[in-house]
Amino acid sequence: MLNLKRHTDREYEAELGQVRERLLIMAGRVEQMIADAIRAVGERDPELARATIAADNQVNRTEVETDELCMRVLARRQPMASDLRFITLALKMVTDLERIGDLAVNICERAIDLAGEARLDGVDALHTMATLVQSMVRDAIDAFVRADAALAEGVIARDDEVDEAYHTYFRAVLAGMTRDPASIERGIHVQSVAKWLERIGDHATNIAELVIFLVRGTDVRHPGKRDA
Amino acid sequence: MSVVTPSSERARLLSIAGLNAYFGPTQVLRGVTLEIAARRVTAVIGPSGCGKSTFIRCLNRMHELVSGARCEGTVRLDGADIYAPSVDPVALRRRVGMVFQKPNPFPTMSVRENVLAGLRLTQRRLAEPEDAVVERTLRRAALWDEVKDRLAAPGVSLSVGQQQRLCIARALAVEPEVLLMDEPCASLDPIATAHIEDLLSTLKATYTIVMVTHSMQQAARVSDETAFFLSGELIEATRTDALFTAPRDRRTEDYITGKFG
Amino acid sequence: MSARASSSRGERVLRAACLVAVAAPLFALTALIVGVVAQGAPHLDLDFLLSGPSRFADRAGLYPAAIGSLMLIGLTAALAVPVGVGAAIYLQEYGVQGRWARLVEANIATLAGVPSVLYGLVGLEVFVRALGLGRSLAAGALTLAMLALPIVIIAAREALRAVPHELREAGLALGATRWQMVWQVVLPVAAPGILTGIILATSRALGEAAPLLVLGAVVFASDPPAGWSSPFTALPLQVFQWASRPQEAFAQAAAAGIVVLMVTLLLLNATAIALRDRARRRGA
Repeated sequence: MLNLKRHTDREYEAELGQVRERLLIMAGRVEQMIADAIRAVGERDPELARATIAADNQVNRTEVETDELCMRVLARRQPMASDLRFITLALKMVTDLERIGDLAVNICERAIDLAGEARLDGVDALHTMATLVQSMVRDAIDAFVRADAALAEGVIARDDEVDEAYHTYFRAVLAGMTRDPASIERGIHVQSVAKWLERIGDHATNIAELVIFLVRGTDVRHPGKRDA
Repeated sequence: MSVVTPSSERARLLSIAGLNAYFGPTQVLRGVTLEIAARRVTAVIGPSGCGKSTFIRCLNRMHELVSGARCEGTVRLDGADIYAPSVDPVALRRRVGMVFQKPNPFPTMSVRENVLAGLRLTQRRLAEPEDAVVERTLRRAALWDEVKDRLAAPGVSLSVGQQQRLCIARALAVEPEVLLMDEPCASLDPIATAHIEDLLSTLKATYTIVMVTHSMQQAARVSDETAFFLSGELIEATRTDALFTAPRDRRTEDYITGKFG
Repeated sequence: MSARASSSRGERVLRAACLVAVAAPLFALTALIVGVVAQGAPHLDLDFLLSGPSRFADRAGLYPAAIGSLMLIGLTAALAVPVGVGAAIYLQEYGVQGRWARLVEANIATLAGVPSVLYGLVGLEVFVRALGLGRSLAAGALTLAMLALPIVIIAAREALRAVPHELREAGLALGATRWQMVWQVVLPVAAPGILTGIILATSRALGEAAPLLVLGAVVFASDPPAGWSSPFTALPLQVFQWASRPQEAFAQAAAAGIVVLMVTLLLLNATAIALRDRARRRGA
């Protein structure tokens, strides 16, 4: 459980607040980018796709700013305990968020390629995956905001669902391409989108694991890979 | 609490159980229970007045030297209670040495005499020549190279940082098992502090060190275990890296993150 | 801006007044000393120091008185120093705090201020009469020892108190007993201060005349005292005796005697100051 008492040094308290704020701004933008990217694919909207790609610049800038802010806090404040875990979480989380942004950009690029193409069968599965992944990202960020380890655990559990959905979708697309060789190019694009959605899910899982570390102080990454 | 044979190296540790300490009617330590591992550095941290200095003074029975001061509970060194009626406090202090906050070399003695002071004071017969003891102890205190040409100079003619290392050498010459340090770097500048912290990492191979410090950063740098005291109580004691990344008690968390209320 | 320019008129008046306050006694003292030296100088020679008193002023010397003073002070110191320093060590290092200790301290301070004549009276009753020592050097030394004791105790106590507490702690933490710590750590550091106290007490005893008179020391002794039980005289008494004679030459002898006393006291005090400075440098 996170501490709700304030730091006696108010400037320090403000600095930590700024880091938090930046993370939330970045998360909000990235969530928006995912939603727009998926819509751009589904509705074959290249304009939306291009706008979303442009939005990535801001995300990248925020990543740099947040990193700098974290470095300053490390140098000046020698943070301990929950503050230390928070800063290390922040440094890693910006990476995950920035990657999610990049993946959304990739999806947008495919959306531009797919413009004018007909819809493919099994688009519902893609829609299912998209919804699932978006909910994972949203819940991971919420878990961070509310310091809710249980919510974070829920996100980690859903990663398996995403993997399954991806495999199902992959088989469906494969079947479609086999049936209709003309649709191979379209199929490959769409399959890429699904792959990237699955990767976004992985990054959401990473964020959820970081939140558990922040809240509980235990590292739940790579279970079974460390000696007892 | 199992009784361990003194000859075993592993056994040389301190076990404190239910320690209460008083200055007259005022209780300054409450039910402190702690195990201090052998040949490790254990840091004792906490805000002013939390009882950390009193605590270590109970470990070499210096607390009771103050008029009206007493303590109860058990403190076992090597399995034997140091407060048992048959124990001679003077003999105990030869096994549990102490270094103080303000360097205090004896002003009427030279560097050499200061190092030997502990042995001469207690009239111990030396198995080896004095020069050998002086050199070995000053080397152990990382001071030999700086003072080997000045052994006859007055102890107080050294810089403050050197004086503190001289006091450490003086304490080590008596060959204690435990070395207690009460804020040893509080009077020193960062360079002298760095020398002493470096020294600690070599000393702990031979001695068990318990160090009171008001600097959390110092505790984080030099200690293997850290004990956090607050208002006379031991709140939490665990491996240093665990305490400073994920303390279990809310009060420890508040103190080390700077949430003093 | 110099201090002179910025000081107000009031300050200048104050400074002038302070200057007068310092200068006046110095002037008076200097006049006194110069007068005495001028008067006594012609009489000062080796004969003066080595021969005994006589009815003839020009042959009067202070040898027996000087020897008497020397033996007196020697025995006084031998008695007062161990007891005084020991008492100071006990009170400072082993003493219990509280009402009892404060009572003892108050008493010692009072004793230091008791007029020396009273010591003479006590000495007369106790040493000369009750203990049957007679009007001897021993009785004189015992009496002066009583007088010197409070001074030694107070000075030694201050010297011990000035030893920083950390040194004691360091000694005890090394596993020394309290006595080992006091003997090897505290006393060496306090030694200059204690010596200062001894010298001050000794120089006080050297100048005392009243208690010795009450005690019954003789004022005319042709020979130095033979032993501890023999009658004796002291320098101040010899001076007193000469000063009470009408002849001018005896006045000169008295002045010469005063010069000898002053020089001795000056030397003793200078030594005390030098030791105190040494102690101060060490303590820092």
